[in-house]
Amino acid sequence: MAERPAAPAHTHEKREHWSGQTAFILAAIGSAVGLGNIWRFPGQAYEHGGGAFMIPYLIALVTAGIPILFLEHAIGHRFRGSAPLAMKRVHRHAEGVGWLHVAICFVIGLYYTAIIAWALSYFFFSFDLSYADDPAGFFTGDYLQLGEAGTFSMSFVPKVIIPLVAVWLVTIVILALGLHTGVERLNIIGIPVLVATFTVIVVRALFLEGAGDGIEALFTPDFAALSDPQVWIAAYGQIFFSLSLAYGIMITYASYRRRRSNLTAPGLVVAFGNSSFELLAGIGVFATLGFLASQQGVGVGELDGIAGPFLSFVTFPATIAEMPGGAFFGALFFASLVLAGLTSLVSVLQVVSSALQDKLNLKPRTAALAVGGVSAVLSIIGFGTTTGLYLLDTVDQWSNQLGIVAGAITMIAAAVWIGRRGHELERHLAAVSTLRPGKAWLWLVSAVALLLIYMFVEKAVSLAIDGYGGYPTWYVVVFGWGTVLFLALVACLMPLAKWRRDIVRFHPWPTREQLNLPADVGERHTEDYDPRSPS
Amino acid sequence: MSTSAVVLLVVSIVLVWGGLAVSIIVLARRPENDHMPPGGEDTVVPDEVERHPRDL
Repeated sequence: MAERPAAPAHTHEKREHWSGQTAFILAAIGSAVGLGNIWRFPGQAYEHGGGAFMIPYLIALVTAGIPILFLEHAIGHRFRGSAPLAMKRVHRHAEGVGWLHVAICFVIGLYYTAIIAWALSYFFFSFDLSYADDPAGFFTGDYLQLGEAGTFSMSFVPKVIIPLVAVWLVTIVILALGLHTGVERLNIIGIPVLVATFTVIVVRALFLEGAGDGIEALFTPDFAALSDPQVWIAAYGQIFFSLSLAYGIMITYASYRRRRSNLTAPGLVVAFGNSSFELLAGIGVFATLGFLASQQGVGVGELDGIAGPFLSFVTFPATIAEMPGGAFFGALFFASLVLAGLTSLVSVLQVVSSALQDKLNLKPRTAALAVGGVSAVLSIIGFGTTTGLYLLDTVDQWSNQLGIVAGAITMIAAAVWIGRRGHELERHLAAVSTLRPGKAWLWLVSAVALLLIYMFVEKAVSLAIDGYGGYPTWYVVVFGWGTVLFLALVACLMPLAKWRRDIVRFHPWPTREQLNLPADVGERHTEDYDPRSPS
Repeated sequence: MSTSAVVLLVVSIVLVWGGLAVSIIVLARRPENDHMPPGGEDTVVPDEVERHPRDL
């Protein structure tokens, strides 16, 4: 076993960097705070015990969300690369795990853009309250021109395609400007604006008639629900999906931090910042739903569409139509959706762009144009048509509920169980951070993986036996399981391609010796390096 | 609002927003670890300065 020499200070690779700690924190919060915070959390809490849901939710935050967030920060920061490169440095056969993350991000980027495009349209619709008379009919009929469920139409909808193209152009420009000028500036400006805007919305909502009834519906505890395992799974799922874990985003973002950077304390700010926005959104959404229920003379529990896209594009417009100053309130709400979505979308695509930069030795601008161009075309074909909503619903179910969970399980297995990097990563966190993760951290990470395996198997069996959403079998096979097949193919095939840049000359810092660990096997991946690359 | 709902609302706010406030205060008081091992400067390998990423 050859001993790896201590890393001289001058042999580190050139890599884009955040301008500082605050920029990183805002970008990570911008990634985590997305549409799911606004339309998923309130519905999950309401359906799973109301106020009692906060107990498993907070336990899940501490025992799963923060530990996995630390793991991704540690992998990205120590092994300094996009998800595939960092995972390859974790273990020579783990590159595919990184490509699984990249493939998930690629797929999510395709339909996430469509939702942002809808929100952009509704921002403009708010000025004359076009949706006010019949919000449900307007959304599915006038706007989406929804076709038959379980079919794939090539009938394009110009009202959707125009904002979709606009969102793609803005996203490509942001990515092409690079990490510092594009992604970082978007978040430094966007996150404070988003928080301020949403605070205005929530304060306004709190003064609406019936707001107290809505908040009461959200927070009235049903402690009996705590004995239901599904409530706990829902809480862990919410934390997991909400924090942007296992997409490769936090690995990628942490790799752009300077080596001498604090990791754990900023991670706590990101985790609690995400949950804080989620709680703010929950209060605002249910205060608004309380108002709608009072206007309709029904209980909050009798309202339809309190989660998902229908909350934002049907239920909320119905509320906006009823309230004084609804146009202003509606414009603010949909502007918030656009901003929250855009900061998350950019992070998702940065994972893909960063991976191509590393693998093919591309400039950020070239990678952004390649990723954005291909994605935009596929996105328009899939989600700019009269059946886009059904496709979105299906692809999201498989890529989220199976793909991301698989991404997390394989990441933990590769890093901790097979790669046996757990102690190295723990000591790395402790060496560079102000707060030590402690011995319990590794145990929690492994325990989370076991829970995720259970969630994955349960969901896979459910989808295989019951199908999804009443869609025909062929549709579910092609677009649901087809999505999983695509993710698996990318994960298996991309590692076969040669690296077009030199990934050999890399030394982790702090060295294993500095971490009081025995010397590594000193793997140097020369067999995967294509000497024709211009190094 | 019922007492139990108010209690859960207040406890949630204190724990989540309080957690954020405490995290920010901890980070502001000690933004970086002053006792990191030597090395770790983000400098550039000389030949990497001259090596330009390939464009398509």
